[in-house]
Amino acid sequence: MSRFKHLISIEDLTKDDILYILQKAEELEFYAKGTKGDKINLLEGKILANLFFEPSTRTRMSFESAMKRLGGDVINMTAQEASSIVKGETLADTIRVVSEYADAIVIRHPLEGSARFAAELSSVPVINAGDGAGQHPTQTLLDLYTIKKESRLEGATIALMGDLKYSRTVHSLIKALTLFNTRIYLISPDALKLPEDFLEDVKGDISEATLDEVISEIDVLYVTRIQKERFPDEEEYRKVAGSYIINSEILSKAKKDLIVMHPLPRVNEISSDVDLTRHAIYFKQAFYGVPVRMAILCEVMGVALGEVKVG
Amino acid sequence: MQLTISKIKDGTVIDHINSGMALMVLRILGISSGTKEPVSMAMNVPSKKMGKKDIVKVEGKFINEDELNRIALIAPGATINLIENYEIRKKFRVVLPGFVEGIIKCPNSNCISNAEREPIRSKFHVSKEGEAIVARCHYCGRKLRSVEDFIA
Ligand SMILES: Nc1ncnc2c1ncn2[C@@H]1O[C@H](COP(=O)(O)OP(=O)(O)OP(=O)(O)O)[C@@H](O)[C@H]1O
Ligand SMILES: [Mg+2]
Ligand SMILES: [Zn+2]
Repeated sequence: MSRFKHLISIEDLTKDDILYILQKAEELEFYAKGTKGDKINLLEGKILANLFFEPSTRTRMSFESAMKRLGGDVINMTAQEASSIVKGETLADTIRVVSEYADAIVIRHPLEGSARFAAELSSVPVINAGDGAGQHPTQTLLDLYTIKKESRLEGATIALMGDLKYSRTVHSLIKALTLFNTRIYLISPDALKLPEDFLEDVKGDISEATLDEVISEIDVLYVTRIQKERFPDEEEYRKVAGSYIINSEILSKAKKDLIVMHPLPRVNEISSDVDLTRHAIYFKQAFYGVPVRMAILCEVMGVALGEVKVG
Repeated sequence: MQLTISKIKDGTVIDHINSGMALMVLRILGISSGTKEPVSMAMNVPSKKMGKKDIVKVEGKFINEDELNRIALIAPGATINLIENYEIRKKFRVVLPGFVEGIIKCPNSNCISNAEREPIRSKFHVSKEGEAIVARCHYCGRKLRSVEDFIA
């Protein structure tokens, strides 16, 4: 029995569900690497449909990789096909049709709530890969997995930096982190602060700070992109964004085992000299998307992992 | 106090509606010019309990209880009197429903529930924060506080 048939929002999961998925991801990580051609055919004969109504390379490829590592097949809707559908057919009809072609659907769509609506109409499991400014739960789970593997999750001290206002990644992550007794610091320009009404809804040890104040204390530094479109003019953007750049100099004051994360793609908020330091975890973080999505795919399709031997 | 409107033989009386909300109550109940039953309404009637209140009476029809409870979204103190043969057969206070379909329109223009051609009805989870009623969109998660401003 699956713990959940659809994965729409991280808030639909309990702490126990989250830990369960992270555990399963760890069991599957060996196979995610494809070392020595080792394969695990848990989803052999199954088909995953990728429905991306918005461009995304990483998330889509990472799902595709996860499905293929599990011995399954993937069918994709191209961006071009998506745009012609958006003009003609309703999302409801698309879902009704595609759910007859596949054993699970991954959807990214610009409207908030679209994945929850899709789940109501689909005859097969639906996984939300981003619904506008809404939810992106598989990103949150891979972030939590990264923190758990590369640092510690329970009781960690974590700083979130950059665009805290519009970033759905940050919003979902904060909600999940509060389940693990973490201390959270918020570092952002005034214009991109975490919205007040969001803060009203979360309980936890959350406070604003500057990077200088907390750099020597934190276990995790989670950096997000500050987008140009959020600012009235180019100059304002450059002024603000320029003061939220991480380089190896500022990291020299950090704990030895601080990890720096980023959902990628980055622009210039982490300078490339950081890549060479032990703190840089973001590429590993991107890889962890594969085992985490493998675990999620198995879960929604009701395939037991109990028999999987690690290593 | 005098009855502002004449007595009805059978039907539903909705009393203790926050003053000014009677028209909204009609909307929530789906009562319009197309409704067959006679409907009368009194607004800004003096009330001992509330200062001023509105009253709605629908003749010849016992409105379904779940439908009536949706009135609590905008008039939490409303009382329902089911009238049979001029007598009150049942009296109860509306109970705030935990979940409502239709009625509330999500203010988020980017919400799937506002997509024009999709076969979708709005869905809201309703709860109380202290005395205040809050409604949260089932689809996009948007939280509303003054529900009366978002009745479709
Ligand atoms: N036959 C009727 N036709 C129309 N309205 C009626 C009829 N009987 C009662 N009502 C209305 O129903 C409401 C409740 O009547 P009731 O006699 O219980 O008054 P009350 O003692 O003030 O009750 P409450 O405590 O609910 O205010 C009043 O607004 C009254 O005018
Ligand atoms: Mg009275
Ligand atoms: Zn909504």
